[in-house]
Amino acid sequence: MSETMNLTLKVWRQAGPDAPGEFRSYPAVANEHMSFLEMLDVVNEGLTEQGDDPIAFDHDCREGICGTCSLMINGTPHGPKRAVTTCQLHMRSFKDGDEILIEPWRANAFPVVRDLVVDRAAFDRIIQAGGFISAPTGSSPDGNAIQIPKDDAERSMDAAACIGCGACVAACPNASAMLFTAAKVAHLGLLPQGQPERERRVLSMVHAMDEEGFGGCTNFGECQEACPKEISIDNIALLNRDFVRATLGDRESGVRRTAVM
Amino acid sequence: MHLDAKIPAGPLEDKWDQHRADLKLVSPANKRKFHIIIVGSGLAGASAAASLAELGYQVSCFCFQDSPRRAHSIAAQGGINAAKNYQNDGDSTWRLFHDTIKGGDFRAREANVYRLAQVSTNIIDQCVAQGVPFARDYGGLLANRSFGGAQVSRTFYARGQTGQQLLIGAYQALERQIGLGTVKMYTRHEMLDVVVVDGKARGIVVRDLVSGEVSSHAAHAVVLGTGGYGNVFYLSTNAKGSNVTAAYRAYKRGAGFGNPCFTQIHPTCIPVSGDYQSKLTLMSESLRNDGRVWVPLKQGDHRAPGDIPEAERDYYLERKYPSYGNLAPRDISSRAAKEACDDGRGVGPGGRGVYLDFAAAIARLGEDTIRERYGNLFDMYAQITGENPYRTPMRIYPAVHYTMGGLWVDYNLMSTLPGLHVIGEANFSDHGANRLGASALMQGLADGYFVLPYTIGDYLAGTKLDAVDASHPAFREAEAEVRSMTDRLLAINGTRTVDSFHRELGQIMWDKCGMARDKAGLEEALRRIPELRAEFWKNVRVPGAGATLNQSLERAGRVADYLEFAELMCRDALVREESCGGHFRTEYQTPDGEALRNDETYSHVAVWEYQGADAAPVRHEEALDFEFVKLATRSYK
Repeated sequence: MSETMNLTLKVWRQAGPDAPGEFRSYPAVANEHMSFLEMLDVVNEGLTEQGDDPIAFDHDCREGICGTCSLMINGTPHGPKRAVTTCQLHMRSFKDGDEILIEPWRANAFPVVRDLVVDRAAFDRIIQAGGFISAPTGSSPDGNAIQIPKDDAERSMDAAACIGCGACVAACPNASAMLFTAAKVAHLGLLPQGQPERERRVLSMVHAMDEEGFGGCTNFGECQEACPKEISIDNIALLNRDFVRATLGDRESGVRRTAVM
Repeated sequence: MHLDAKIPAGPLEDKWDQHRADLKLVSPANKRKFHIIIVGSGLAGASAAASLAELGYQVSCFCFQDSPRRAHSIAAQGGINAAKNYQNDGDSTWRLFHDTIKGGDFRAREANVYRLAQVSTNIIDQCVAQGVPFARDYGGLLANRSFGGAQVSRTFYARGQTGQQLLIGAYQALERQIGLGTVKMYTRHEMLDVVVVDGKARGIVVRDLVSGEVSSHAAHAVVLGTGGYGNVFYLSTNAKGSNVTAAYRAYKRGAGFGNPCFTQIHPTCIPVSGDYQSKLTLMSESLRNDGRVWVPLKQGDHRAPGDIPEAERDYYLERKYPSYGNLAPRDISSRAAKEACDDGRGVGPGGRGVYLDFAAAIARLGEDTIRERYGNLFDMYAQITGENPYRTPMRIYPAVHYTMGGLWVDYNLMSTLPGLHVIGEANFSDHGANRLGASALMQGLADGYFVLPYTIGDYLAGTKLDAVDASHPAFREAEAEVRSMTDRLLAINGTRTVDSFHRELGQIMWDKCGMARDKAGLEEALRRIPELRAEFWKNVRVPGAGATLNQSLERAGRVADYLEFAELMCRDALVREESCGGHFRTEYQTPDGEALRNDETYSHVAVWEYQGADAAPVRHEEALDFEFVKLATRSYK
């Protein structure tokens, strides 16, 4: 069996959106095979037994795919390991005696709900604005009627791998949602099925992103580093290109196209 | 309780077409007058919500997650079956139907399964149109792979993230409707009761998980797409939040529960590493396309896998089931792993593991090909175990994964409670006693995109539904019951955490109602579960308050339901004195250890009817008539 680690956690506690928050210290005992969230589970069991309020944090699948878990761990979204979500981070990435700082995502567009839980509904509203292909049920041709070059399908899949966790926003000094938005623009825009709505999609989604209070993109690239699914900032370049083309297209046609759904 | 499956007459291949022609329609102008509540936003719920809204109905959709995109369908890895026969390998609607019936060990309804196979092809078309980036070959056409229980390649996939991509497709269709104002979405809301007015489901009571507010929502029909109950075992591959609460509370309001003991233990999961373990992680069945399963031939062989020569390995699936080999169905593969470990030949800590070895495939195809096929799964394995599966074989062990049982539904997907429809894993329908790999995604989307949108219209058009709103006394009463349960949980203030009860329940269920069951064990479980339940209600500690985000309270409500539901599962397992699919009663096996079915007595769906807190539930039977398929002993040898 592996050796026991004794850790000190400094955890952000906040009773509600409008309540003041503060860091509180908790001792934690772990071993290398535990996941980070299992380590927190053990802390919470202890807090409950002592009559304290357990630490609220978001999590669900614990397989790195649902995008529910979050956490800034020592200042890095999802902790120190590249391309890994918090739920799949294991304690072998830490050592005995470590102090670990745990905070929620911090962004105006992601208000804190309680402790480490934030509200990411803004992402859903960006998708509502245009992150889809309008294909009502029953109206589709045979799946093989649309041939898609393998490389295009692969690039689309690379972008579609986004789990919507919000690490990109948390990592960005401007709290921009550009990588999230660009991943969707690229996922759909790289496919032939996504062409009819391509311009309208990018205009609407960028407009929605701005409305939600996310900051602008200034090409720091922190988002790409933080992304547990390694979504590339090349997608942002693609979004910018589409956005310019859609905007210029509007001017040339003389029609002022507002962000419509 | 009257069980009328409403299976249309006529030849198997014409039943669905004929039925669609017979179903009543709601005119476009009238659709907007009907309000439908959908609980759950996974593949079934999201696809139904989007499709019904596109048709013009008013839809409200509820999920406990913070976004509909996070429903647990997202974690499905390997793929989705469809009888496209794109590979020209002899697939057909009939073959998919037959594989599914046989895979389910002849405990599913023929008509439902045939319809599922029929609409499977529409699902692929629909998903492609939505922009699901399925794997493709260099010619740009869709690629396929093989899954357990089939000898054709009919599984469509998007790397190891097929569930994610299909759910994102459905989620985007749903978000589009939300944006258009046709669906009202309630995230972080948990359904805690179904409201019945004049014998019909007319709404639900929910708790807002952020504010703690309990509220009522009235509708003309209610649809549950709330998933399975695998977490009754505490450790499973399900998401932590997956629960039986919505289905169980519907059962308490009069919906019959079908075959609750039919649970699927998936053969390829990462073994348990310690008592802090919070969940188990699946390694997709698709890995068995290229991985070979083995254990050492000798008992207690603790050599490193690379030091065990070929001649001293037992590739037991290839040995026992030569025609399907490593692609034997899940129930059979899981039991074979358990037998090897029970025999003292398991590997890894505690001897509860078998190897899944890619050395031969890497030698044949190269590491790059294996990485392209399964890269994300290999990464996940390495991340969890700290071992490199390209160099050393994976260690795997069976884990609870899926529940074939669920609320009983008729051919129209309506439960025994009129107006309450149940879709996806939450219903009992199409998988019999064992689900084949890549068929859950197929069923969830079939129900949501292509079945319910037709059948619910027939109910709405053909039923007299008086105007009812949330001020009706039935809603007030249900709300009061929900509040009182919450208050009770918070007031106990005992000494044990919610999770400690859940773990103890899970251990009982795994030991006595898991991969192998027997009469004595089930009877013991039926003694211990009520004792544990009584202790829970005396000694659980739920910290915090009701009027706030309180994750302990959420879990407490779910565990309270599991503590009742577990008993129902054990009762069902005890009465079914045969072995079939995932239900293996050790008393009923063939001399070579295979499941021994009893078609004379048990060729039926067991449907349980709630009789109140202090009375035993009543068991009803829906006979399964096999008109088109010959009942046979399942063989994969």
